Amino acid sequence: MPEPAFFVVMLAKIAVVFGLMLLSVAYLTWLERKVISDFQVRLGPMRVGPHGLLQPIADGIKLMFKEDIIPEAADRAIYVLAPTLALIPAFISFAVIPFGDRVRLFGQSIDMVISDVNVGLLYLFGVASLGVYGIVLGGWASNNKYALLGGLRSAAQMISYELSMGLSVVGVLMLSESLSLVRIVGAQSKAWFILLQPIGFLIFLICAIAETNRAPFDLPEAETELVAGFHVEYSSMKFAMYFMAEYANMITVAALATTLFLGGWRGPFLPPVVWFLAKLYLVIFLFIWIRATLPRFRYDQLMRFGWKVLLPLALANIVITAAFVALR
Amino acid sequence: MTEARTMTINMGPQHPSTHGVLRLVLELDGEVVVRCTPHIGYLHTGMEKIAESKRYQQVIPITDRMDYLAPLSNNLAYVLAVEKLMGIEVPPRAKVIRVMMTELTRIGSHLVWLGTHAIDIGAMSVFLYAFREREQILDMYEQVAGARMMSSYFRVGGLFADLPEPFEETVRSFVTSFPDRLAEYEDLLTANPIWIQRTKGVGVIKPEDAVDLGMSGPNLRACGVPWDIRKSHPYSGYEQYSFEISRGTHGDVYDRYLCRVFEMRQSIAIVRQALERLPDGPIAVADPKVTPPPKPMVKKSMEALIHHFLLWSEGFRTPVGEVYQSIESPKGEFGVYLVSDGSNIPYRVHFRAPSFVNLQALPRMAEGRLVADVVAIIGSIDIVLGEVDR
Repeated sequence: MPEPAFFVVMLAKIAVVFGLMLLSVAYLTWLERKVISDFQVRLGPMRVGPHGLLQPIADGIKLMFKEDIIPEAADRAIYVLAPTLALIPAFISFAVIPFGDRVRLFGQSIDMVISDVNVGLLYLFGVASLGVYGIVLGGWASNNKYALLGGLRSAAQMISYELSMGLSVVGVLMLSESLSLVRIVGAQSKAWFILLQPIGFLIFLICAIAETNRAPFDLPEAETELVAGFHVEYSSMKFAMYFMAEYANMITVAALATTLFLGGWRGPFLPPVVWFLAKLYLVIFLFIWIRATLPRFRYDQLMRFGWKVLLPLALANIVITAAFVALR
Repeated sequence: MTEARTMTINMGPQHPSTHGVLRLVLELDGEVVVRCTPHIGYLHTGMEKIAESKRYQQVIPITDRMDYLAPLSNNLAYVLAVEKLMGIEVPPRAKVIRVMMTELTRIGSHLVWLGTHAIDIGAMSVFLYAFREREQILDMYEQVAGARMMSSYFRVGGLFADLPEPFEETVRSFVTSFPDRLAEYEDLLTANPIWIQRTKGVGVIKPEDAVDLGMSGPNLRACGVPWDIRKSHPYSGYEQYSFEISRGTHGDVYDRYLCRVFEMRQSIAIVRQALERLPDGPIAVADPKVTPPPKPMVKKSMEALIHHFLLWSEGFRTPVGEVYQSIESPKGEFGVYLVSDGSNIPYRVHFRAPSFVNLQALPRMAEGRLVADVVAIIGSIDIVLGEVDR
C-alpha cells in the first residue's frame, strides 16, 4: 500500500474506532441503566428523549458544566493527571482488537483492525495494567482516607487478578500458536476456543469482571462501604473521565473475551462486524446481569478467591492444555 | 519519631450505609477495625419532652416518628399503656385489627431491613424487590388511615375508623402472593455462596452478652434465646394465635437474617388467622369520655356535642399512677413507661426503644472485623435512628 493511502486509511480507522468507542461508552451507561432497571421492575431513564435515549448526552453536558473541585490538601499535579492516566490506556488498548475480516475497498485490501501487532495480546495486557496507576494515584492524591482505602484495594485486586487473567489465556495461546489477535481469530475457524478452553474462559470472565471493578468485585468503589472509593473527591469532567475509563475497560475486556474465546468476528450469514458487536454486547449483558444478581465479596475473600482458587485452576488448565497439545 | 499504626476514620453521619445519621468513629489497622465508637443524637427531636405537653390522644402521632418504619407498632405500645392506666378493655374487633395491622407492619419493617441489608452487602436488586412489596403495605395504611407512613391509625380506646370496604380483599391477595415473593428473595440470598461468606460467622454475639446488653427482638433470638413478648407477656390477644418464634443458634449476621425471614412467614400466618376470626362489632370502647361520638350525632344530640367539645378542647383525664407496657415491635421490645398526675397530659413518658439498646452491641460485634463487616453488622442489627435518638 502506498504511504499516503496508508496514513489516510489508518487515520480513518482510528477516527471511526475512537468515535464508536466514545459513543458506545456513552450508550453503555444508558444500556446498563435500562437493563438493570428491567431486572429490578422499574423503568430507568425515561424523561430525556424517547425511552431516555438522550440521557447520556444530558449526563455528559451536566458533567462538563459541573464545578471542578480540587481539594486544598490534594497533591495537585497528580490529582489532575490521574484521571487521564486511567482513561488513555482504556482507549488505546482497543487498537489491537480485530473487529472484522479483511475487506477490499477502492482496490486496497484493508484489515479491520487498527494495528495487527505480532505481540498484540501482550501489548493489550501491558497497556491495560497501566490503568491501575490512574486509580491508585487518584486515590492517593485526593488525600482522603476513603479514597486511599479504595485506591489500595484496587491496586491489590487488579494486580492479583491480572495474574490469573494472564494465565487463563495461555491455553488459547498454545492452541493458536500466536500472540497476534488477528491470528487467534484465524485459529478459531474450526471451533471457538470456548469449546476447547471452557475453564480458561470462565477464569478469564471472572478476572475480567474483577479487572473492570464491577460487581461482585466492585470493592474499590464499594458505595456502601467506602462511599465512592478512589474517586470520592473527583467531580466534573475528572469524574467523568474515570467513569468513561471504567466503561471503556468494560468494552475492551468484553471485546477481548469475544476475540479470544468466542471466535471474534466469525459467524455465518451476517457481516463480521455485526457478529463481533453481537458477541461483544452479549458479554456486556452478562456483566450487567451479574451485577444485578450477586452480593459483593469482602476484601480478604476476594484475595483468597483470586490466589487460592483462580490461580491454581489457571495453572492446572495450562498443564492440561500443554499435555493435550503435546500429545496431539 | 512515633510510628502511626492506626488510622481513624469517620463513618457517618452522612454515609450511605449507616442507616440515617449514625456516626461511627472507626480506628483502623489496615482494614481491620480496632475500635468502633458509635455517636448518636443527630436525629434527637425531644419526643419524650414534647409528649409532656400533648394531650393523651395527641401523643400518638409523635410515636409514629420514632421507628418510622413501623409506626403502628409504636402506636400500639403507647395506646396499650394508656389503656392499661385507665383500665380500658377494647372491643374484640379492634383487638384483631390491631394484631393484623401490627403484623403487616412487622413485614413492612422487615422488608426495609432486608432490602437495605442486602444493598449494603451489594445485592442491589433485592432492595427494589423488597420495596415493591412494602409498597403494598403502605397502600394498606393509606386505605385505613389516609397516610402512607405516619398513619396513626390506633387510638386510645380502639381505632380511628373501621376498615374500609375492599380492605380484607387487599390483605387476602397480599398474604397469598407474598410467600412466593419471599421465596424468590431467599433464592437470591439464602444459599448464595457470596451471601453466606459475607454473613456467616460475622458479628457474632454470645447469648449471655446479648442478655446482659439488654438486646431484644430478632437480634436476641438469633443467639438462641427464645424471648418474644408476644409469647411471654401476650397483649392484644396474641395468646389466641398459633405461631412460632424464630430462633437462631450462632448469633451471627446470617442467623439474624434467617430469623427475620422466618418472622415474616410467621407474620403472614398470624395475619391469615386474624382475617379468619375478624369479628363484627364496634371498633372502639363505648365510653363517650374516651371515644368521640360519631359526627352525625354531634349535630343532633346535646350530650354528643358536649363530649365532642370536651374531647377536642381538653381531652380526657387519666387516674394518677404509673404503668409500663411493652410490645414485640419488629426491632425488639418496645416499651412505654407512663406516669400520670391525673391531668389531661402525661406527666412523663419514656420510650424504651429497642434500636437504642441493640445498638450497644455494635462495638462488641464489630471490633476485630473488617470495614466491610461493619456495614453488614449495622444492617443486621436493624436500627432506625429516629428511634435511637427519639
